[in-house]
Amino acid sequence: MNRHWTIGLLLLAGAALSWAIPRYELLNPYLQATLMYLGINIILATSLNLINGYLGEFSVGHAGFMAVGAYASAILTVMLLPVGAAAWRFPLAIMAGGCAAALTGLVVAIPAFRTRGDYLAIVTLAFAMIVKSALENINAVGGPRGLLGIEGLSTMPWIFAWTVLSVWVIRNFVYSNPGRGVLAIREDEVAAELMGVNTRRVKIRAFMIASFFAGVAGGLFAHLLQFISPRIFDITKTTDILVMVYLGGVGSIGGSIVGASMFTVLQECLRPLGVWRMVIMPLLLVLLMLFRPRGIMGLRDFPWFRPSVECPQRPPETHPS
Amino acid sequence: MAYLFQQILNALQLGSIYALIALGYTMVYGIMTMINFAHGDIFMVGAFLCFVAATVLGLSFIPALLFSMLGCALLGVVIERLAYKPLREAPRVSAVITALGVGLMLEHLTLVFSPYPRHVPALWSSASWHVGGVTLSSLQVLIIVLSVLLMVFLDWLVRRTMLGLAIRAISWDRTVAAIMGVPVDAVISLTFAIGASLGGAAGFLYALAYPVIDPYMGVIVGWKAFIAAVVGGIGNIRGAMLGGFILGAVEILVAAFLPSTYRDLIAFALLFILLICKPYGILGQPRPQKV
Amino acid sequence: MKPWFQANNVGHHFGGLSAISGFNLELRSGELVGLIGPNGAGKTTVFNLITGVYRAAEGSIRFQGRELTGLTPWIISGLGIARTFQNIRIFKQLSVLDNVRIAHYRRTHYSLAEALLHLGRYRREERRLTRAAMEILRLLHLESYADETADSLPYGLQRRLEIGRALATGASLLLLDEPAAGMNPSEVGQLMEFIGWIRGQFNLTILLIEHQMRLVTGICERVLVLDFGVTIAEGRPNEIQNNPQVLEAYLGQAEDGGQMTDDGRQT
Ligand SMILES: Nc1ncnc2c1ncn2[C@@H]1O[C@H](COP(=O)(O)OP(=O)(O)OP(=O)(O)O)[C@@H](O)[C@H]1O
Ligand SMILES: [Mg+2]
Repeated sequence: MNRHWTIGLLLLAGAALSWAIPRYELLNPYLQATLMYLGINIILATSLNLINGYLGEFSVGHAGFMAVGAYASAILTVMLLPVGAAAWRFPLAIMAGGCAAALTGLVVAIPAFRTRGDYLAIVTLAFAMIVKSALENINAVGGPRGLLGIEGLSTMPWIFAWTVLSVWVIRNFVYSNPGRGVLAIREDEVAAELMGVNTRRVKIRAFMIASFFAGVAGGLFAHLLQFISPRIFDITKTTDILVMVYLGGVGSIGGSIVGASMFTVLQECLRPLGVWRMVIMPLLLVLLMLFRPRGIMGLRDFPWFRPSVECPQRPPETHPS
Repeated sequence: MAYLFQQILNALQLGSIYALIALGYTMVYGIMTMINFAHGDIFMVGAFLCFVAATVLGLSFIPALLFSMLGCALLGVVIERLAYKPLREAPRVSAVITALGVGLMLEHLTLVFSPYPRHVPALWSSASWHVGGVTLSSLQVLIIVLSVLLMVFLDWLVRRTMLGLAIRAISWDRTVAAIMGVPVDAVISLTFAIGASLGGAAGFLYALAYPVIDPYMGVIVGWKAFIAAVVGGIGNIRGAMLGGFILGAVEILVAAFLPSTYRDLIAFALLFILLICKPYGILGQPRPQKV
Repeated sequence: MKPWFQANNVGHHFGGLSAISGFNLELRSGELVGLIGPNGAGKTTVFNLITGVYRAAEGSIRFQGRELTGLTPWIISGLGIARTFQNIRIFKQLSVLDNVRIAHYRRTHYSLAEALLHLGRYRREERRLTRAAMEILRLLHLESYADETADSLPYGLQRRLEIGRALATGASLLLLDEPAAGMNPSEVGQLMEFIGWIRGQFNLTILLIEHQMRLVTGICERVLVLDFGVTIAEGRPNEIQNNPQVLEAYLGQAEDGGQMTDDGRQT
């Protein structure tokens, strides 16, 4: 019970800060922006981890889902939904972005029935490239020049709320029996099926949930940067997210948070180095992989992430056999 | 009709470059079941070595080609020894992520030394002939012929020599191969060297054909070549060549008959559909899994 | 009166190799039947056909009046058939507890939405299935390992966990593929007792593959002998042991202390 209170208080404090920081300019705009990108990166890393860490596939298409979410939500706020100050407009657009991305997640999930591993990786890669070049060919959304004039609706409280919600939902999923089905597929697909896991349905769910949140992150991103173009969502973007996930540790939500944070902070700290930053970042990644191939957290997670009902209730004395 | 023929020629040129790069992916995959995501950037380094050879060193065609190939081979071996070898027993994705990191490092190191795109001077005084409305440049012929020669040589190497046998033994079972006396480390390094030198040759030829080069040129070309390798059936040498030519053909023909912005879209959509219908590529086969 | 389980003229082949043909088997509820035969005889293939890993090319398999051929493994599992594997296939990096909880997959009574939001029936159900899983672990003397990862268990306990996971699916027909592989004689003794005990405790019908004749003669009521995919004998264990055809089939095979397993062909 105690733990619940601590987490609740921390979240409350975070929410208060996310409101107070921009309101009273407690941080300079640059740091504020960094914090907001951090939130988005956490959503991206956690959701990709669901596929690459928990399901054990190697998706390189996450930026594609993000693009779908970004464009869908931006189209809504720019073109469709009235500019009136209605409070539901922005969350609705973000939700719609997530749903659009989730639908495309279905497109990738279906090939996953038949292939695994490297072949599926290519399917996701091809998917991301298709999204990018499709967007380049749609003039209504600016084609290769991109979509301008998006309102800056992504405020710090919104990003904080969405980040907490995303992490919470994904955590809930992996600590439930449907979520354990995802883990079982990673460990041994045949054995999982023989334990009654409907592997097709589980894969669809995992892909749809992951791409939903990638879409949410895309929507937040679009309304933060206020400009999106197909180029933003190319392979390099996916690589960044991959780095966050593997830096933190696959199969660990805490790892994704740590990885996204380290990535974002390091990137900003090294900024004065100019081009060399982009040499040093991957160098650090390579060194990390060489000395800690499973990332910072490995497969472990913060103990306080685990819901209390999840823990076994055991009689006080145990007797090993 | 002449137009079509011209496009086929262009397709062959682009396809042979894709095929050369795809071979590097496929060889490394075949022996290590590892996707060497740095390979596209080795291709880029090959192009820049061509630039260095032509401008700084003032080499002529053949020495410059060898310079590119050997330089890349060396680079491939160094990368393998420093970055991949320590990870042989680690989870497979660790090596893949490392490869992504190495690729990024190569790109940005090149960017440090060459912040803006470079123009590669002509190393080959190209003549062109006109045959019935088709323009045939000697450079184009050279690229195609050279690539095909390299591929034939590689195919022979893998199918007919002890080295090829050793490669196949290692790809079947590394531990058993070691027990049977195959010098595993040396063969793996040599495989990387061969794959990288083909990538280097591709970079060299690419730089001659499309002479403006920049540090990011390897990203998109590399990924595409990788897809070509998969379409052919990754791990399969002939599949990689086939995949490369198919990709080249699709890209050129789409660009020839449709607005060029549709090129990537249609090429990737076709590949996507092909992969869904034939998940293991055209010539590839799933490794049987017993329960 | 239809038999409880019936395989009728089942056949399957891999390429040109006929792995099993003309296979017939009837089981009455509560029986313990052995399936023996030299390496490559097709025993594991029978299990794969029953559990839907492979789809039988010929014949029919009926369980409690339902045709199994053509059903997916997860549906068959839901009908009450569970198995273990010749080479252990537990979920290695998951905790012992999670291994068993996953086996409750088909009987988890909350929706995806409830799982995502941890609302509604989630807490009650999760508590129930955790308790049920712990109960199974307790019966198998594994509860003190609940939070360990499965691959950190010693070999014998991994085998036991795999059986526990199969039991947790709520199966009534249990297929054991060489449960005694790699065990020493005293462990085999314990295993025999254990199999007898779970059979009573969980009301099981058991079909087991085994190379160790001591185990087969010790606990099986009936034995089927396969060779090259064909059933060459069927009967009580002591009858089988003296059957000339069976001796013939085993001739040339290692005299049976039991290490005819682990031939490395299975992955
Ligand atoms: N997936 C498969 N693909 C091709 N051949 C297979 C496959 N599975 C089994 N076989 C072959 O079918 C035959 C029967 O195999 P099976 O595994 O059923 O034998 P088994 O009786 O269980 O033998 P063991 O005692 O060695 O476990 C063998 O010759 C085996 O090589
Ligand atoms: Mg067997």
